[in-house]
Amino acid sequence: MEDTIVAIATPLGVGAISIIRVSGTEAIKIVNKIFSNNNLHKVKSHTINYGFIVENNEKIDEVLISVMKAPKTYTKEDIIEINCHGGIATTNKVLELLIENGCRLAEPGEFTKRAFLNGRIDLTEAEGIMNLINSKTETARKLFINQLSGRVSNKIEKIRQDIIEVLANIEVNIDYPEYEDIEKMTLEMLKPRIEELKKTIRKVLDESKNGKIIKEGIQTAIIGRPNVGKSSILNALIEEDKAIVTDIAGTTRDIVEGQINLDGILLNFIDTAGIRETTDIVESIGVNKSKEIINKADLILFVLNNNNEIHEEDIKILENLKNKNYIIIINKIDLESKIDINLIKEEKVIEMSILNNIGIEELKQEILKIFNLNKLELNDLTYLSSSRSIAILKQINSTILDIEKAIDLQLPIDMIEIDLKEIWNKLGEIIGKSYENELIDQLFSQFCLGK
Amino acid sequence: MEYEVIVVGGGHAGCEACLATARMGHKTLLITGNIKNIADMPCNPSIGGSAKGIVVREIDALGGQMGKNADQSLLQLKMLNNKKGPAIKALRAQADKITYPQNMWKTICETKNLDVKEALVEDLIVENNRIKGIILENNEKIYSKTVILTTGTYMKADILRGSMRRREGPHGEKPSNHLSDNLARLGFIIKRLKTGTPARLEKSTIDFSKLQIENGDSEYHTFSFDNAPTYDVDKQIPCHLIYTTEQTHEIIRNNLNKSSMYGGLDDIQGIGPRYCPSIEDKIVRFSDKERHQLFLEPESIYYDDMYLQGFSTSMPEDVQELMVHSLRGLEKAKILKYAYAIEYDSIYPTQLKRSLETKLIENLFTAGQINGSSGYEEAACQGLIAGINAGLKLENKDPFILKRSDAYIGVLIDDLITKGIRDPYRLLTSRAEYRLLLRHDNADLRLREYGYKIGLIDEKQYYKLLNKKQGIIDLTNKLKEIKITPKEEINQYLIKNNSSIIKDGISLYNLLKRPEITFENIKHFVDIDYSDEVLEQVEINVKYEGYLLKAEKEVEKMLKLENKKIPLNIDYDKVKNIASEARQKLKEIKPTSIGQAIRISGVNPADISVLMIYLKKEFKNEYK
Repeated sequence: MEDTIVAIATPLGVGAISIIRVSGTEAIKIVNKIFSNNNLHKVKSHTINYGFIVENNEKIDEVLISVMKAPKTYTKEDIIEINCHGGIATTNKVLELLIENGCRLAEPGEFTKRAFLNGRIDLTEAEGIMNLINSKTETARKLFINQLSGRVSNKIEKIRQDIIEVLANIEVNIDYPEYEDIEKMTLEMLKPRIEELKKTIRKVLDESKNGKIIKEGIQTAIIGRPNVGKSSILNALIEEDKAIVTDIAGTTRDIVEGQINLDGILLNFIDTAGIRETTDIVESIGVNKSKEIINKADLILFVLNNNNEIHEEDIKILENLKNKNYIIIINKIDLESKIDINLIKEEKVIEMSILNNIGIEELKQEILKIFNLNKLELNDLTYLSSSRSIAILKQINSTILDIEKAIDLQLPIDMIEIDLKEIWNKLGEIIGKSYENELIDQLFSQFCLGK
Repeated sequence: MEYEVIVVGGGHAGCEACLATARMGHKTLLITGNIKNIADMPCNPSIGGSAKGIVVREIDALGGQMGKNADQSLLQLKMLNNKKGPAIKALRAQADKITYPQNMWKTICETKNLDVKEALVEDLIVENNRIKGIILENNEKIYSKTVILTTGTYMKADILRGSMRRREGPHGEKPSNHLSDNLARLGFIIKRLKTGTPARLEKSTIDFSKLQIENGDSEYHTFSFDNAPTYDVDKQIPCHLIYTTEQTHEIIRNNLNKSSMYGGLDDIQGIGPRYCPSIEDKIVRFSDKERHQLFLEPESIYYDDMYLQGFSTSMPEDVQELMVHSLRGLEKAKILKYAYAIEYDSIYPTQLKRSLETKLIENLFTAGQINGSSGYEEAACQGLIAGINAGLKLENKDPFILKRSDAYIGVLIDDLITKGIRDPYRLLTSRAEYRLLLRHDNADLRLREYGYKIGLIDEKQYYKLLNKKQGIIDLTNKLKEIKITPKEEINQYLIKNNSSIIKDGISLYNLLKRPEITFENIKHFVDIDYSDEVLEQVEINVKYEGYLLKAEKEVEKMLKLENKKIPLNIDYDKVKNIASEARQKLKEIKPTSIGQAIRISGVNPADISVLMIYLKKEFKNEYK
């Protein structure tokens, strides 16, 4: 209840800057861990501090950090506000880092709740908050359970079941050490199970594809031969989107040429070498280079010029697009058609004319269709809680590493079990289950015990 | 004349309770149905075991009697889980069923301020919801400022065997027929429970050559922190291991409907313990298991009974004969006492405060099986806590409350009063979330100070504790200060002892962190003159530092919530927006802190938020 909480305080993905707010006794300590200057505990209260958010010496974002020490703050606790560079990817990355380092994601209304509990706001305000908390927790609870697709949640339930069997076995060895015909769980037996667990957790992390799309956006590449109109298509997309965060090195993974917010989902346009070249520079990106780009992208927009014949190179690129999500755009349909559509053997192409504003809307709909995004619930809560699950999974991942180390050191299995129990409880948190007497029940249903 | 304390029942709870109050200086009367059965062990001839053994250490640390008494009555002693981590080690003794009660009786007789009376209590004298005394079977009234009920299985006890039901307690003793009705009349919710005990066999009719022997440890241990061992490790009495056979299973399957629980009786209400199922339960529930493990345990060196652990049953006598004779080595065994199940009344434990005082009647305390627990150790520790708190109440002092992070005793009491029970409650290691901190080896460090303040630990015992504490601090500092450098001879030594070489200077503290390094190795580098107990503590602290820190952090989190108190006069009907199930549970259990409220099943985080806001609003001054 008095742990340190964190939340994104500004609307997501809109605006050039977003603010992450952290409140609680460990706020300064936790933020300091990921702040390049590592000096937040020394700075004066109510100051703004410049630096970088870093993870393993890698710069995540350039930020301004406001330090406000208790009690003169909104919650009457220590508060830190981090001003990040907007964009869902960056903000979310910072949020995740904070959670990994010990913050808990705030419940809806929790900052206000703390403000009240700590005597910052008065009773009249509090009555209103009561209702807010009631309704919001109910919503939060539903979202919490619905957050991961059924498939993932079943998978987590399955992992928990596997773990509880191991836990019950170890506990039974502790509580009934004289029962010789109960199998003794040893480190050798535990080791492959932990390896298996590690693989499964990693897989769940990787496979949370929807989660990842929400989290990081769709890596999008616009490819095509010079002078097909790639940059004008990008500009057209960007111009329509007022919430643009443009020309920043958004993530550490790829250089992002630009981002657009498509019904709440980010499209990150990744470096397509020459996408912004002007028409008079003759440059061919070459088949090899395009292969590389195709591999990196989640979505490829392949642009052909209506006014040109299809080039041999186009056919080769087309072959490379198999097994990827791609959309073929025939641009410049306002000009005379010289293209032989039959050569590309595609059922659906999008005909486009930037000049006459034809095809952009159709392109957007097609993208939403390909990623099944119409069905995704995209309100903030879903987004946040899914991000929370991913952060918990990452914590679990690091506990697994602790366990592996402990097994290598040949520590007693009952010590290692403490970490395994923690993983089991954390998985329960993700799917909204508390442990209650589950373990004791398991003990007595799995083994035949007693005098 | 008026007593300050009356303890009703002379079992393990009753003995600890009356000794505690008498030693605290309060005039105490112990009333028991039969003096011969004081501190009797009607089931296993055993004290301790996993988790339970740690409870015995905790009782000893607080100044209770069970550990000292067990040390003087040993047939065999074993450290369980000795090769595993330090957190789960626990002592288990085979105790002599004649010597143990005799020693306890001797202690009771030697204790000042303590009278004993043989009688059956049937009613309580209560005025204005405050206890005034008790009423005996013959209507005699005895007055007292406080009363502790430790009735064990004796309230409306019924012995069940096959289709037979007989109103009697263990050993054919007279049960109390009206006390539980009278408790119900006073407003207590009564719950019927059931337990059982296996057959006793004549030692001379058993062919031990066919059985696998189970010996005690070859090193000495004691339960008590104050005793030196009084037994001879070479003269311990062994136990024996037996397995059920296919024939045993067939006999049970063919006669299943004759068992009291499977049709022999149709009026069974009591719920039996899950951890202690009857052999017929085991065979029905685990039908694919080819054999079940049983132990033959010696009961005493003064008589010939052997206890057949794992074979409790409510089959009729003729079927029991067949069952026993189907076991290897027991083909000709003579049954001296048949197994039976016993049904009895208890009070639902959520009606208790953490001090084990009842919420309904002031100065009335209950402990042991009456509270729904099971086991000698579980009973004894409750008796001790009830005794201590009755004493403190008489002295107008705050109650003595053990938290879940202080002791297994704290876990047990919190579980009982917060979660209630479904079947008789047994302590298990798995019930303690902070088991790493609640160890066999540190019970004195955790609890002796409390015992001293209460007045159950004397100066000499306390001085010994302070010495140990200082030794731990000194040795830890010493290890941190002394550093070794990567010299050739040092690295040679490390290699020789299966450790890796050092490349930089390293403190002995960090060297000891290595799993393969022990104090034997450390002594190679520095002279160490501390007791084994101190070495043990320091080694555990060093080797498991990371895990211990983690556990302490968890405790800190829990304590914050425990410190958020809920006033006793809260009216949950006035708290708007709490779910109805949560409201009902909160009204029933009346948690004293937010921490306890969270542990109640059916109370959700949203309910807790609403509750906290309400408290803040209504109890501005009290609520911190």
